[in-house]
Amino acid sequence: MIPQQKREIIIPGQFLGDIKHKKAGRGTFVENGRIYAEILGILDERQGQINITPLKGRYDPIENDFVIGIVQEAMPSSWLVDINAAYPALLHVTETPWDIDFGETEKYLNHGDSIMAKVLQVDSEKRIQITLKDYNLYKIKSGFIIDVEPSKVPRIIGKKGSMISLLKKYIKCRIFVGQNGRIWIDGNDEDIKKVVDTIKLIENESLSFGLTNKIEELLKKDAKDVR
Amino acid sequence: MKSDVKLIVDGKRLDGRKPDELRKIKIEAGVLHRAEGSCYIEWGGNKIIAAVYGPREAVPRHIQNPLRAIVNARYNMAAFSVDDRKRPGPDRRSTEISKVISEALEHVIILEKFPRTTIDVNIEILDAEAGTRCAGLTAAAVALVDAGIPMKDIPVACAAGKIDDQIVLDLGKEEDNYGSADLPLAISPRTDEILLLQMDGHLTEEEFEEAFNLALKGCHIVSELQKKAILDKYKPIMEVE
Repeated sequence: MIPQQKREIIIPGQFLGDIKHKKAGRGTFVENGRIYAEILGILDERQGQINITPLKGRYDPIENDFVIGIVQEAMPSSWLVDINAAYPALLHVTETPWDIDFGETEKYLNHGDSIMAKVLQVDSEKRIQITLKDYNLYKIKSGFIIDVEPSKVPRIIGKKGSMISLLKKYIKCRIFVGQNGRIWIDGNDEDIKKVVDTIKLIENESLSFGLTNKIEELLKKDAKDVR
Repeated sequence: MKSDVKLIVDGKRLDGRKPDELRKIKIEAGVLHRAEGSCYIEWGGNKIIAAVYGPREAVPRHIQNPLRAIVNARYNMAAFSVDDRKRPGPDRRSTEISKVISEALEHVIILEKFPRTTIDVNIEILDAEAGTRCAGLTAAAVALVDAGIPMKDIPVACAAGKIDDQIVLDLGKEEDNYGSADLPLAISPRTDEILLLQMDGHLTEEEFEEAFNLALKGCHIVSELQKKAILDKYKPIMEVE
């Protein structure tokens, strides 16, 4: 593993460098040739490009993200879905795998139903469209949904899914992590509890190094106890 | 207002402060669970909680701005915050303060990132002792940072005033009531841009200049406390290893 420098907390308005020497990336803005931070986050500097990884904040939808949404309202030919972003997302009947007659949307999805979906489109005015037409996207009928901080989702998934496959390896559960900070877990009650505890642990310690190994040891120990 | 009360005795003020000394300030970030961001501040005898909700879709729809977000600050005094019971609900004074705070915050938040939304900032005065608008704005700024809202700077406010013909920093309760002028000031500390400037009472041009510079100095001191409060809240998660 590459030795990493100490992680540093950045607060808005903090001076980060000169535009001549460095490139301003995500979470920064430039004023009079100087780069400043615009959000609370962790400094991430690679090849002269400065990015800020946010610590808090709303989910910012990006196309092709997988998300978990909760239906807010059924309209004659579409649904409004809450995906934890600043705006509700639109799901049109043509973006579902079902053949629905006009005005019969309520028979398929109704207020309060949860769905796994994919972000289809986000336009410049931040209007969001989602779709159910992809591999492994369903209406959720059982299991639990928990909320985590959206900025922590990459850590829960891990590098190339290392963390999440670890969870699936040691605990017999079906897990789906939405990029919007909602996680769906299905299995028996005991296993669900174990997954929830582990995810909370990952969330709390998301900034420490070597977390994947630590979690693996923890899960291994637990698995032995059960046997 | 003229009175017989001596506000400065032997160069010291009623509460023992020097003319250019602030009251005791304690700031704590992230105190509420339901709000996206929050802050609790104790500034002398002022006790204030600020909470930030959003950005979320603005309702009713006609108040939405298709290009940017709306900042909706709400300043409210609790009924028990003053000596006599304050009649609950918005009044002329709180409406004004809500407006000036909203406008001050609008200048630092990067509104273009969230078109068609509102960012709601609730400022609740639990205990009042002069200078609540400054303390409220200071708390609101920390709450906004805690909510992860993109901002160009962390705004900060502080007041100066005139008592017994002397310019002093950060008026206390008696000083505010019996003093001759009060000058609340909010700035963006990185650039020293003025976000809010009001004046109550009379000051000559020289006195104004002096009071303004004193308040500016006070703002920078409070600004450091704000930054420390945010770092204190988020440092511990870095140290779990």
